[in-house]
Amino acid sequence: MTVTESKPSYKYVGTRPVRHDGLEKVTGRARFAADLNMSGQLHGIVVRSPHAHARIVSIDTSDAEAMDGVKAVITGDDFPAVDPSHRQYDMCINVIARDKVLYEGHAVAAVAASTRDQAQAAAAAVKVEYEVLPAVLTIDQAMAPGAPLLHAHMMTAGANPPAEEPSNISNVTRFSGGELDAGFAEADLVIEREFTTQPVHQGYIEPHACVADTGQDGHTTIWCSSQGHFNVRSSTATLLGWENSRIRVIPAEIGGGFGGKTTIYLEPLAVALSAKAGRPVKMVMTRDEVFRATGPAPGTKLRIKLGVKSDGDLVAGDAYLIYTNGAYAGPGGLLGAMTVFESYKIPNFEIEALDVVINTARSAAYRAPAAPLTAYAMETMLDEIAEELGIDPIDFRIQNAVTEGDPSTMGFPFARIGFVECLEAVRDHPNYKAPLGPNQGRGVAAGYWFNIGESSSATVNLNEDGTATVVTGSPDIGGSRASMALMAAEELGIDVYDIRPVVGDTEAVGFTDVTEGSRATFATGMAVVEACRRMVVELRGRAAKMMGVDVDDIDWMDGQAVYTGSDGEKAPLSVAEITAKAKRTGGPLTATGSLEAHGAGPGFAVHLCDLEVDPETGVVRVVRYTASQDAGTAIHPSYVEGQIQGGVAQGVGWALNEEYIYDSDGVMENPSFLDYRVPVASDLPMIDAIIVEVPNPAHPYGVRGVGETGIVPPIPAVANAIYDATGCRIRDLPMSPIRVLDAITSNGGSNGS
Amino acid sequence: MGYDLMLSAMRYASPTTVAEAVDLLGSDPAARVYAGATDLIPQIRAGRPEPTVMVDLKRIDRLCAIGSNGSTYTVGAAAPTADICGHDGLAADFPGLVEASGLIGSDQIQSRSSWGGNLANASPAADTPPSLIVNDARAVIAGPGGERTVAAADVATGPGQTSLGPGEIIVEFELDQPPARTADAYLRLIPRTEMDIAVVGAAARITLDGDGNVAAAAIALGAVAPTVVRVPDAEAALIGNLPSGEVLGAVEAAAAAATNPIDDKRGTVAYRRQVAGVLARRAVSIAAERAAQQGDQS
Ligand SMILES: Cc1cc2nc3c(=O)[nH]c(=O)nc-3n(C[C@H](O)[C@H](O)[C@H](O)COP(=O)(O)OP(=O)(O)OC[C@H]3O[C@@H](n4cnc5c(N)ncnc54)[C@H](O)[C@@H]3O)c2cc1C
Repeated sequence: MTVTESKPSYKYVGTRPVRHDGLEKVTGRARFAADLNMSGQLHGIVVRSPHAHARIVSIDTSDAEAMDGVKAVITGDDFPAVDPSHRQYDMCINVIARDKVLYEGHAVAAVAASTRDQAQAAAAAVKVEYEVLPAVLTIDQAMAPGAPLLHAHMMTAGANPPAEEPSNISNVTRFSGGELDAGFAEADLVIEREFTTQPVHQGYIEPHACVADTGQDGHTTIWCSSQGHFNVRSSTATLLGWENSRIRVIPAEIGGGFGGKTTIYLEPLAVALSAKAGRPVKMVMTRDEVFRATGPAPGTKLRIKLGVKSDGDLVAGDAYLIYTNGAYAGPGGLLGAMTVFESYKIPNFEIEALDVVINTARSAAYRAPAAPLTAYAMETMLDEIAEELGIDPIDFRIQNAVTEGDPSTMGFPFARIGFVECLEAVRDHPNYKAPLGPNQGRGVAAGYWFNIGESSSATVNLNEDGTATVVTGSPDIGGSRASMALMAAEELGIDVYDIRPVVGDTEAVGFTDVTEGSRATFATGMAVVEACRRMVVELRGRAAKMMGVDVDDIDWMDGQAVYTGSDGEKAPLSVAEITAKAKRTGGPLTATGSLEAHGAGPGFAVHLCDLEVDPETGVVRVVRYTASQDAGTAIHPSYVEGQIQGGVAQGVGWALNEEYIYDSDGVMENPSFLDYRVPVASDLPMIDAIIVEVPNPAHPYGVRGVGETGIVPPIPAVANAIYDATGCRIRDLPMSPIRVLDAITSNGGSNGS
Repeated sequence: MGYDLMLSAMRYASPTTVAEAVDLLGSDPAARVYAGATDLIPQIRAGRPEPTVMVDLKRIDRLCAIGSNGSTYTVGAAAPTADICGHDGLAADFPGLVEASGLIGSDQIQSRSSWGGNLANASPAADTPPSLIVNDARAVIAGPGGERTVAAADVATGPGQTSLGPGEIIVEFELDQPPARTADAYLRLIPRTEMDIAVVGAAARITLDGDGNVAAAAIALGAVAPTVVRVPDAEAALIGNLPSGEVLGAVEAAAAAATNPIDDKRGTVAYRRQVAGVLARRAVSIAAERAAQQGDQS
């Protein structure tokens, strides 16, 4: 279902062609990173720390080097030293530990051998002597006085007054507006709540994998799946101390990323092994390695206080947010601070957000990083307030929702946004009033993500027969190729299936930032449109030559050059007719667009979750789910719906079951999909996606990114529905059967505040 | 995908008779038999020692056969659970046992997984053993000394431990045709809807007399102790009574009390205990309802 503001009528944009990469993917022909094999290739295996926190006393590789089939062994010493002040210091010492290991699974060495078996045997034979240090495993432990320090020199950034002693608090973010005390003094109702959440993994199906082939000329080629191959190139170059130009990165198909493949783990190791062995080296992580050593989203402790007038106006908000990004400084706190109060008009507020380091794997981005957790806290509290004030939860949100012109947390006014429209779409949907059965409950929650722009490049090549190739630098993680083709088809007037959308390697297309921040269809789409518009200028010029008329008298209409001058009738020329004569009119037809995109439109979403709780076991089953989201303009509505549904699925898993479980030494206890429970298909009903279209004024087609916002509301929507079904407010994640039953049993159904 | 060479050192044997299989197993202590290998291969990949020889039991007709002589069913220890679930006689006579069999894994797993493997793997959380036990299943075991028959309840002795001697394999299971007005049920708790390991499993079999009172009862719990536990106190509470009201309350309490669970990443002691009681009570109710329906039909 689509709620559409009046918008131009498009021929291709907004249609649902089968994606260009679809058949290859469903038939298994598409090549993901682990599918590539080269003749003479070696297999690389990483040696990982069994300890959560330890000093590396020595590494003896001699036994491993002497083993059958072993061609190269590397350690941190094979990479140039990196200064702690370097912008990518954390990434560098995360890829391979130098003097210290900071979490269980931290890479300390790597081995390449003729077979994977041999490499595994050799990895086990690398002798690492550790001096085990006390591990810091929770936010409380990290912040306790006298806590063991992960980084001896880490001074809290942003502290005021400046930090004098090192600590495990990497940075502090503060935002404020209005007068907090005056705001609370005005309030008729004040509530304060605390929440805790555990790290969760992005859970992409494809483990990290790459092949690197380093030649004697000192140049290397890397095949890998990532969300940004230009970033793979620059990060690998940084680790190796090489120039970018020595590295070519060829993107493989990517089997899921969700933010987790915006950083690198294996590639520099594969290049170094390949350089040492003089052979291509393939590295593929196991699921166990993926869990232990890559990407979780942060765990948190959150405390929020809200003040509201009896008429429902929010007047004050005070947030104290602590994020842990694992063993390194991270942006969790900053992103939490940027999102916690962003969706609502709260005239008086203070936000303090800390980032704390602990001895667990380094966090990576995960769809709308940090926002699902601030939404969990905020949106369940709003639910409580609405109930207390006797206002419908959606009307309460509409009353307080930000609209065009309202200031954001950081003071900038919002451009045209679709938050209220998303709220109305759910309120007016029949599911909002659908009857509930016994033990069922309904929860509503909203979510926000700001989306980003960044650098993108695109090249359009017209083929001799009038078809086209659109090359961009954005890996396609959610159907963006189809969207690029649709926008190009609309611009050029060529059928969408006559356009081949391609993800070009680092030497085939201009620099393009990582596919993150829901930016590909927005920013790379803008680059495609820019390239196409240049192409149209060129096509008009060629047509003018062919007709022997002035270019100003040629218009581009419906894929044809049309003569509009007064010198009689001239047959219009199609793209195919122009390309057929290209040799005589100036040669091949190519155009590029490269830009820094600004004005990524913020995305809002409103979700409605109906679920059933077994009051005797605490098991929760989602029975109906309705999700609205402002897409600006849905270039390909099916993939917008897919993004919404995927966000819901991941958010529901996060709400109900997903969590990292560590033993008392910091060793992960559930590094498999058996015990790390992402939802399976039968856990979810069909999710009703409502696309709201409030065009983004900064994009030629009105696009807002849609990849992330959908994961923001599910956690509070589920929590509010559990409350509706049981009378229990659960403020710790996950809301697993054990926790739900415990809440029901210990609260006896009361409003556990 | 990286695992391709992992099993390279192993040999593969596919005997076609029980005697050959017993010989292969007896002659090499590091040989392992398998039916579906849906437990064995994941365990090897997770680092368990590689067998020298993998002995495939699926080529032995007797181990895959399902039959009945009118009073007793014989089910091959390697018969795929998909075949068991598709067997009309078993489904009618042992609905709970067949449901338990149908819970294992997915369609893909079901095409391979077996009762023999489920029982011999001796996981405390395995889904079919509680149901095999409440139905008094017997395991026919072949070994170097010939064949013997034991209660299915006596095969697993602890996590990963069995009473099978060197060179012994389970050949088949025997299940007597249940008496009139008898039915079983199996329930398990998993946080997801499928592809998960039981946090608690509960099987019950109930026989009703002509008045609807319980004439015979068997209750067994999985995942709450090192091996499946029977709940004699709950069984005693049921005999001679209607399976409802306070009697069910007594079943719930007795089942919770019979457990001896552990705290681990999948559940806490308190949770497992409480839910074991709930599932036992529900399983008894379902089994009794089914038994009563049978009475109505006859
Ligand atoms: C994805 C997945 C999901 C699963 N879900 C479930 C589930 O929901 N519930 C559940 O209970 N289990 C589950 N399992 C575990 C497994 O599938 C079952 O235990 C299955 O019944 C094992 O049967 P198998 O024939 O594959 O055993 P195998 O792996 O072949 O054998 C298991 C063990 O038993 C021994 N063995 C096998 N047959 C005999 C015999 N005839 N005599 C003596 N020893 C023998 C083997 O040597 C081995 O030690 C799952 C497994 C997977 C991979």
